Amino acid sequence: MTTIATTEEPTAPARRRRRMPLAAAIALVPAAIIVAVVYVGCMIWTVRLSFTSSRLLPNLDFVGFSQYERLLSNTRFLTSVENIVLFGVLFIAACLVFGFLMAVFIDQRIRGEALFRTIFLYPYSMSFIVTGLVWQWVLNPTLGVEDTLHKLGLTFIDVDWAVNRDTVVYALVLAAVWHGAGLVMAILLAGLRGVDADLWKAARVDGIPTWRVYTSIVLPLLGPMIVTAVVLLAISVARLYDLVVAMTGGGPGIASDVPAKFVMDHLFERSNIGLATSAATMMLITVAIVLAPWVYARYVRPQVPR
Amino acid sequence: MNGVNVKDVSVAFGALKVIDGLSLDIAEGEFIVLLGPSGCGKSTLLNAIAGLLDVEEGKILIGGRNVTWEEPKDRSIAMVFQSYALYPRMSVRQNMSFGLKMAKTPRADIETRVTRAAEMLQITHLLDRRPDQLSGGQRQRVAIGRALVRDAAVFLFDEPLSNLDAQLRNELRLEIKRLHMELGSTTMIYVTHDQIEAMTLADRIAVMKDREIQQLGAPDELYHRPANLFVAGFVGSPKMNFLEGRIAAGASGLMFENDTVSLSLPDDVCAAPPAPGQAVTLGVRPEHIALDGGTWDGFRVDIVEPLGADALVWARRDRTSIQLRVTTDEPVKVGTPVALAPDPRRANLFDTETGRRL
Ligand SMILES: Nc1ncnc2c1ncn2[C@@H]1O[C@H](COP(=O)(O)OP(=O)(O)OP(=O)(O)O)[C@@H](O)[C@H]1O
Ligand SMILES: [Mg+2]
Repeated sequence: MTTIATTEEPTAPARRRRRMPLAAAIALVPAAIIVAVVYVGCMIWTVRLSFTSSRLLPNLDFVGFSQYERLLSNTRFLTSVENIVLFGVLFIAACLVFGFLMAVFIDQRIRGEALFRTIFLYPYSMSFIVTGLVWQWVLNPTLGVEDTLHKLGLTFIDVDWAVNRDTVVYALVLAAVWHGAGLVMAILLAGLRGVDADLWKAARVDGIPTWRVYTSIVLPLLGPMIVTAVVLLAISVARLYDLVVAMTGGGPGIASDVPAKFVMDHLFERSNIGLATSAATMMLITVAIVLAPWVYARYVRPQVPR
Repeated sequence: MNGVNVKDVSVAFGALKVIDGLSLDIAEGEFIVLLGPSGCGKSTLLNAIAGLLDVEEGKILIGGRNVTWEEPKDRSIAMVFQSYALYPRMSVRQNMSFGLKMAKTPRADIETRVTRAAEMLQITHLLDRRPDQLSGGQRQRVAIGRALVRDAAVFLFDEPLSNLDAQLRNELRLEIKRLHMELGSTTMIYVTHDQIEAMTLADRIAVMKDREIQQLGAPDELYHRPANLFVAGFVGSPKMNFLEGRIAAGASGLMFENDTVSLSLPDDVCAAPPAPGQAVTLGVRPEHIALDGGTWDGFRVDIVEPLGADALVWARRDRTSIQLRVTTDEPVKVGTPVALAPDPRRANLFDTETGRRL
């Protein structure tokens, strides 16, 4: 291994310095323009609008930070931020825990592995809209589980989580974990299967209990997989919108409102483009802050030779 | 009482029987090498002894105790793997002490054992590093150290040096030999397909092929008196020369002949003298043939491979090609006509049909 590394070292910087052929550069121009105009352009446009007093239609006056001041005293926005934080923490934690447990379960070389894998991963193949509708139905007091239980005489059990303003966020977490845990399972299972079989043998000879092998030896090896899973889950937290719309409509009242829904409502229903874009800008900044360490670790920090 | 007895053991993967009714008795303190081509079941046998694989039939005894159904940790064994199998993200010290900690060994005891093992293997200065900060040779030393602290009766090695380069391999091979001598009564079972390792380390070598042990004996015995054609061809490098032919009829004494050559052999080459006319295979090692001055004439030097201390020479006559090892200061020229001189006392005779030694 060392010999390969040393022979390759001198050629690597040379390759990096090599110029891109002209044809390739020309072929990439449209993509570059799209990225510049659509992504960066829209981002700048949004940030610019957040400093205006635009209501139904955008205008380009400049009102400083007044939209942000209004935003930060807006109860609805503050509730939505609280909700997304609570939802995000619970959702990511629960997905990791359940995903890991399911992956460990399947890793035991059980019979019918393919069947279980399909069952666990199946919810992920549905959109959040369908997930939301399914769970709205399941948790609907007059149609779903509660009604069935009550008809069976179990009237002391209430499953009114989705319509109770104290529990509605937890109901959203429940539905989202049902949707997303399978993905974590699939990612971590791939990691578990990549663990050297000799490592397991060595641990058995050493008399290390299985659960201890998972926590002390295997889990640290899964670090990169866990980071990948967290990034994917965090993305679905940031853009959480469709699940809320389908399942609770943000209700009861504003109890399950989230920032994305706040932005959409103010853009299209309440004709308050200025406030909506300032909320969108706040979301952008938050996402950037959350992702920065990952981007740094992944792309910026010079690769340490292993 | 650290011996190992394998009694009529069979191991199967589903319908595929990898080991079938194999028996092997290993004495206390013995160094046994399992040698054989890839896929012959060496690792399988080792894993069965370790308890990492369930046996289908038969018994395994370690130190006279029947351990056939015991967990690996209760068998008083330690194991070293080809891929090192060190616990990542743990320091060398933690790697060596983790198993002891799980077994609730007292702290002070762990400390002494780790220190002693580290000193024996000269890895004391590495104790606080992590495996990914070590070279391959150092990693394997740590893996041996992890096995050492277990104070096991039996050490199992599964190709521990195969991932290392030639230099380190020689170094660690010596280290393992030294370790075995220092530990005295510890039995070692060592899997390899490198015959230099096998010859240098083993008290006895078990050559395996086709689910069976082909021959079990001291390295010397395997080299000088291989039990069959497979062992003769597998042990020794470069490979033994084989010539098919028959026992000459009517000659006084034992005589091998074929269309190209003939060789008169002393009677003690075979245990039981074969009948005249019987189809036999003559085996002569390259180091037991002199390049010139013999009776096998009509050969010409075909290829020369200089190795420094000596040279490998291929001599050819028609379709017969013979390899020999020549120690000479004068370079051998390709095309030179030679009369080869095999040493009849060191020749081997095999039954061509069964492959067995005569
Ligand atoms: N888990 C398994 N399932 C099915 N067959 C297996 C399994 N492990 C090994 N085998 C088969 O058993 C036979 C013996 O394997 P084993 O690993 O013991 O060979 P080996 O002598 O150690 O070879 P190598 O020198 O390549 O390590 C092989 O034919 C292999 O295909
Ligand atoms: Mg093997």
